[in-house]
Amino acid sequence: MAPGQREFVLADATGAGSDVLRALTATGHDSLAWANGGAVRSRRCTWLDTFDWRLYRAGLTLEQVVSGSQAELVLTGRDGAVVATERLPGGRKPSWPSLAAELPAGPVQAALEPVTGLRALIPVARATSKVAELQALNSDAKTIARLAVDRVAVTFPARTSLPARLTLIPVRGYQAQADKVGRAIGDLPGVSADRDSVLEAALAAAGGRPGEVPGKASGIHLTPGMPAARALSQILIALLDAMEANLPGTLRDIDTEFLHDLRVAVRWTRSALKLCGDALPRGLARQYAAEFRWLGDLTTPTRDFDVFLLGYPAMAASLVGAEPDELIPFRDHLTRSRAVAYRRLTAGLRSARFARLRTNWRAALTDTRSVRRPTVAQLADAKIAAAHRKALHGGSRITPASPPESLHDLRKRCKELRYLVEMFGSLHDPAQRWQAVRELKALQDCLGEYQDADVQRAEIRAFAAQMMAERAAPAETLLAMGEIAASLAEAMAAARAQFDSRFADFAGPASRRRMAALARTDPS
Amino acid sequence: MKILATYNIKGGVGKTATAVNIGYLAVRDGYRVLLWDLDPQGAASFLFRIKPRVKGGGKALIRGRRALDDAIKGTDFDGLDLLPADFTYRNLDLVLDAAKQPAKRLASLLAPLRAEYDIVVLDCPPSISLLSESVLHAADLLLVPLIPTTLSVRTLDQLTEFVAGFNGHQPDILAFFSMLDRRKKLHADIVRDLPAQRQDVATAAIPALSVIEQMSVRRAPVTAFAPRTAAARQYRELWREARERARLKAPPGQAGTA
Repeated sequence: MAPGQREFVLADATGAGSDVLRALTATGHDSLAWANGGAVRSRRCTWLDTFDWRLYRAGLTLEQVVSGSQAELVLTGRDGAVVATERLPGGRKPSWPSLAAELPAGPVQAALEPVTGLRALIPVARATSKVAELQALNSDAKTIARLAVDRVAVTFPARTSLPARLTLIPVRGYQAQADKVGRAIGDLPGVSADRDSVLEAALAAAGGRPGEVPGKASGIHLTPGMPAARALSQILIALLDAMEANLPGTLRDIDTEFLHDLRVAVRWTRSALKLCGDALPRGLARQYAAEFRWLGDLTTPTRDFDVFLLGYPAMAASLVGAEPDELIPFRDHLTRSRAVAYRRLTAGLRSARFARLRTNWRAALTDTRSVRRPTVAQLADAKIAAAHRKALHGGSRITPASPPESLHDLRKRCKELRYLVEMFGSLHDPAQRWQAVRELKALQDCLGEYQDADVQRAEIRAFAAQMMAERAAPAETLLAMGEIAASLAEAMAAARAQFDSRFADFAGPASRRRMAALARTDPS
Repeated sequence: MKILATYNIKGGVGKTATAVNIGYLAVRDGYRVLLWDLDPQGAASFLFRIKPRVKGGGKALIRGRRALDDAIKGTDFDGLDLLPADFTYRNLDLVLDAAKQPAKRLASLLAPLRAEYDIVVLDCPPSISLLSESVLHAADLLLVPLIPTTLSVRTLDQLTEFVAGFNGHQPDILAFFSMLDRRKKLHADIVRDLPAQRQDVATAAIPALSVIEQMSVRRAPVTAFAPRTAAARQYRELWREARERARLKAPPGQAGTA
């Protein structure tokens, strides 16, 4: 935004606002005249963000602007100041969705990549804009300010014309004179100085606003006295919303996080059914547990390959004895296997079984009024206390001689405790909750590293056997894979060595006190 | 940031017309340009309809009491800004004389503008003085308009010799013919022969045409209001040669180098 720039919007919803503009140009007098600033400029704009609005949350707006044969990416900050621009050579536009890493190297890509991470940029709004310019002239016929009159027609997510937007840009050194012009414009009837960004206005036209991500179960507001069945229904409907919101992105394979988030919603649903299903109408949890297990299992193979492929660059870079290139047949194997798993996944996600599950599950959740007891506070207290007890018990039985499975079981118990704490999060003070889960999270990280390394090591062995059988692995690739497996074993040992102290912190009196406080919800 | 200066000891040879047109053409190519009208007569300021007045006068600018930044005015051409003339500039020699390292004063005043502009064009008054010496020290390229006469060529030699005596930074020189009247045999002969003999003389030659005089009526660069005229063509050619000689990088947002 230029220094001293002022923005207005015409109240005229038809977008023409010609009466106001006539009134405006009639404001000319001896020391102010208006001149036409030349031909109307047309632009096509596409706004981009990740599905979870990472740019918006970071105070950034990314716009692709096409004007004639020129195209550029413009990244602006919260105050409208340009952070970076990138002219696209030959007007060649990226094909969206696109990861930041796939954009032309330059300042825009460099600014985007740390913010968007694994998430692809997708179009969130599109509009065409016709900008006419008027020049405010002083008594020397010198331009003291430019008034851009921008008529925007939104084409996506809904078709609508926005009221004309006026931007008064003072010419440098003429701020005081331009301010007078700005005041005169602001005083005209039908002109308002309050305006949303075009992006906000475009989304509002479709009934949305930036930053909205469907299906955040932890964001649901619960009151302690509400019936647990109703609270659970709300949580489970939000999780179903999250599954459905992430379904199109998963089916289009836009980025790996759609499947990841879909799986998280399934995992939370399964845990809620397992741990709190008794608070739902009789038989409901048992009836659906098997279906969600099927759904979870359906998504696992593709996600496993995603995890391997996402970690591949670091894996290849970590090789000491082997050369990174020697691992390429392994990457090719992962890519091929992922394609097979993904086909199975999409067939399952497009199946009548999954459609039926969604429809029936939503219908079942909308009628839970019959169950009045317990209250959600009573349920949360009891379930958090029980899950905490189980995690403490499981951890206290682990000795140096315990098999990996016992640590994996403990990880499940810890996950269940964490889900309960997050799910019923709105019953507790956020700071108190954060304190309580601090040691739990540290223990979970340790157990996660241990199990992930164990699982990946076993999978690498299985891949090696499969590649041998398919004659797809030269000896040097197998050796490189062996080196990866060895470093995973080291990672397991390192995580295992940390376990005792992490569990001691979790099981210590201070941590117990904090977690126990979460299991005593204030009934008011 | 590159500093170009239009300079000649003589008046009325086309320095201001050149500064204004070069500034406009640079902006049209995507550069961010500041033109400093150092001539107290304020012709460049007049051409851009900007009052030739600076708060506190030249003394405040040279002594650093008023930042150059504050005095800058935008012209009607987006990206082309002007530091206006002021009648007190007639005393700049005295002010510079009282400053430390007067010859380098302009360069140090312009240094903070480096991030904001790609090119600064200095439009100098006709003189040989402490101010012109400071301009010569600050500039990367001197654009020297010459009327095609033997005496003018002699003046160019004197200037080249003077600059060669500088310790450290020495500006490059690009002379060009101005106010050319091809009906005059002497003009035609010099314009034909000299660019072939000397590397510091441009092939562009600005004709003496009334459309250039029209600039003061239209109050705009001829390259803007009459871009298809011979005068505008020659200014474009001069800009091309100056851009090459000054080894200007491509403007921001454009790939490659010029």
